[in-house]
Amino acid sequence: MDEVLEVDRIRCDGHGICAELLPELITLDDWGYPIVKRGSVPDHLAELARRAVDDCPVLALRLASITAITRKR
Amino acid sequence: MNDTLLWYATRGAGVVSLVLLTGVVVLGIVSVMRWQTASWPRFLTTGFHRNLALTTLIFLEIHVVTAVVDPFTALGWEAALVPFSSPYRRFWLGLGVVGIYLLLAIIVTSLLRPLFGPRIWRAVHWLAYAMWPVALIHSIGTGTDPRFVWMLVIEAICVGSVIAAVAWRVSRGAPPTAWRQLPANAAQVKKWT
Amino acid sequence: MDLIGANAESLATHLERFGPLPALSSGELIAEVEASGLLGRGGAGFPVGRKWQTVAERSSGHAVVLANGAEGEPLSHKDRSLMAARPHLVIDGALLAAGAVGAHDIILYIGTEHLAANAAVRHALAERSKDIRGRARIVTAPPGYVSGEESAAVHFVNAGDARPTTTPPRPFDRGVAGKPTLVQNVESLALAALIARRGHGWYTDRGRRGGIGLVTVSGAVNHAGVHEIAFGSTLGDLAAAAGGLRGDSQAVLLGGYFGGWAEVDEQWGLPVDPGSMRARGLAIGCGVVHFLAADSCGVEATSRIVAYLASQSARQCGPCVFGLSAIAATMQRLATRSPQAGDLDHIIRWTEQLAGRGACHHPDGAVVLLRSAMQLFADDLAEHQRRRCLTVSRPLRVAVA
Repeated sequence: MDEVLEVDRIRCDGHGICAELLPELITLDDWGYPIVKRGSVPDHLAELARRAVDDCPVLALRLASITAITRKR
Repeated sequence: MNDTLLWYATRGAGVVSLVLLTGVVVLGIVSVMRWQTASWPRFLTTGFHRNLALTTLIFLEIHVVTAVVDPFTALGWEAALVPFSSPYRRFWLGLGVVGIYLLLAIIVTSLLRPLFGPRIWRAVHWLAYAMWPVALIHSIGTGTDPRFVWMLVIEAICVGSVIAAVAWRVSRGAPPTAWRQLPANAAQVKKWT
Repeated sequence: MDLIGANAESLATHLERFGPLPALSSGELIAEVEASGLLGRGGAGFPVGRKWQTVAERSSGHAVVLANGAEGEPLSHKDRSLMAARPHLVIDGALLAAGAVGAHDIILYIGTEHLAANAAVRHALAERSKDIRGRARIVTAPPGYVSGEESAAVHFVNAGDARPTTTPPRPFDRGVAGKPTLVQNVESLALAALIARRGHGWYTDRGRRGGIGLVTVSGAVNHAGVHEIAFGSTLGDLAAAAGGLRGDSQAVLLGGYFGGWAEVDEQWGLPVDPGSMRARGLAIGCGVVHFLAADSCGVEATSRIVAYLASQSARQCGPCVFGLSAIAATMQRLATRSPQAGDLDHIIRWTEQLAGRGACHHPDGAVVLLRSAMQLFADDLAEHQRRRCLTVSRPLRVAVA
């Protein structure tokens, strides 16, 4: 799978449901905000990743294809 | 088909829908309050909230269809689709129709949330606080069972749960997102040098 | 000096000094700028030619050029000096960029506190033709560190809100009024205007490393101010241009509040230019060179900068609002030598967690600064955790308004 999880940092309110569903890829910092592991989502976690995206109460999580990303970093 | 069976189906499905909707509203509040324990993660709350709402639709469908096709009630489809058009208990039944439309709006915007965006979704979702009382009053007004004790007990539990949940929410004070309301640069620190 | 001077130049003087603006096609212009290797001067150092190409590809004649003169970085004065002295050169650059990317509208985004720059650009615009005056307008940037961030600038022009927005979409895709927008620092535009006139060879031949630029030298020097340098000048050359060091200095802040600390002795004879600095793990950023006096404590200095950065957060993203302010509060305790157990460990952990977790790069700037402090001031930080200071022995009070 060549998709990565991205967080809309402005929308994110630190609900943390994404970290509950996908602890393999998402952990929470001391204030409840997500830290997403770098790299594309492994195939066996794809379904959970989609669920995490759907379940975010504020739609802050999204799956983006790697080719579409233009990072300034 | 046995008319009595249809009649019982309508009433039964109606009561079940009310109980389910009560559960949905309470779970919605539990979700917003970000409540969780070591063995009850938050995705269980949101998952049940969604699944109970969708299950309610099934029982509501049974409730409406059996009510309409039941020859005893003399309700046509118009009564079910157009609010306040039924000759039988016009106001109370009409509320039920309104309630279903409110619920459908909430569910549709939720299922298609990426399409509608968070703001519209949120605004429509607040209608839940109108939808539930409408459903409750419809049930009291049109129901033929209100004088049975078991029905009163069920209604009391539903009302009590929602009142308790709302009181809990109101008692919270500042929500976890209160920090957003502070203006940017609120704490002005002198520029260094 | 091309880029700085005592007073604002009139159009006549400007044309006398630099000659007329050349009529180059969009393709020729972008080729010249790309061949020169000009890097952006706003802080990120992105190749200017490539940026113009990106916007040109997306433009259908309705792109927008936003000349960024907000200069929210407190230690940087070069953009306001440039605009105050050479406003026509900046306008030229904006016009050339507009031609290159296919833009009609030009926005001159100038920080509200830069009075001389505002006046000079306003006056210069009034001297221009009616056509240019119809296309270009000045937008006053609100004060604050983040109002110069590119998405914040676009957001302010669109909605009066100078806070960064989530990207994508980046301004070059969808910016002012939804159109592809080139957000370019005013110094970059001025240099492009010189390159267009003199050819890319002029730029690559200047200095030992090619190129010239503006730096703001401050701190423990005798004559702090903005200086035009040829890249390849050493740190020692810069100090000399600023009247020499006032006393001794061991640490220098390079690049701005989002830059990093470096050791003066190590950097003294090394060239200051984007390429070789990057190879040494440093960045020229927006050209800030701030010498820390030897009798000033690096921990205290870092603590003040971080406190400022935390206060300048746009307060939109949890990690920045909570993480950066926690780091700032803990740094303050450390700087005043009244830390709690584990404070230094917390700072190290929170700093690493902060990287890349804001909608804009504001927290990343703080991370770069803190990492450099942890490296250069490692001993000082450890001493502060033990309630002592290597540099000063008197008790400190960090000024907080």
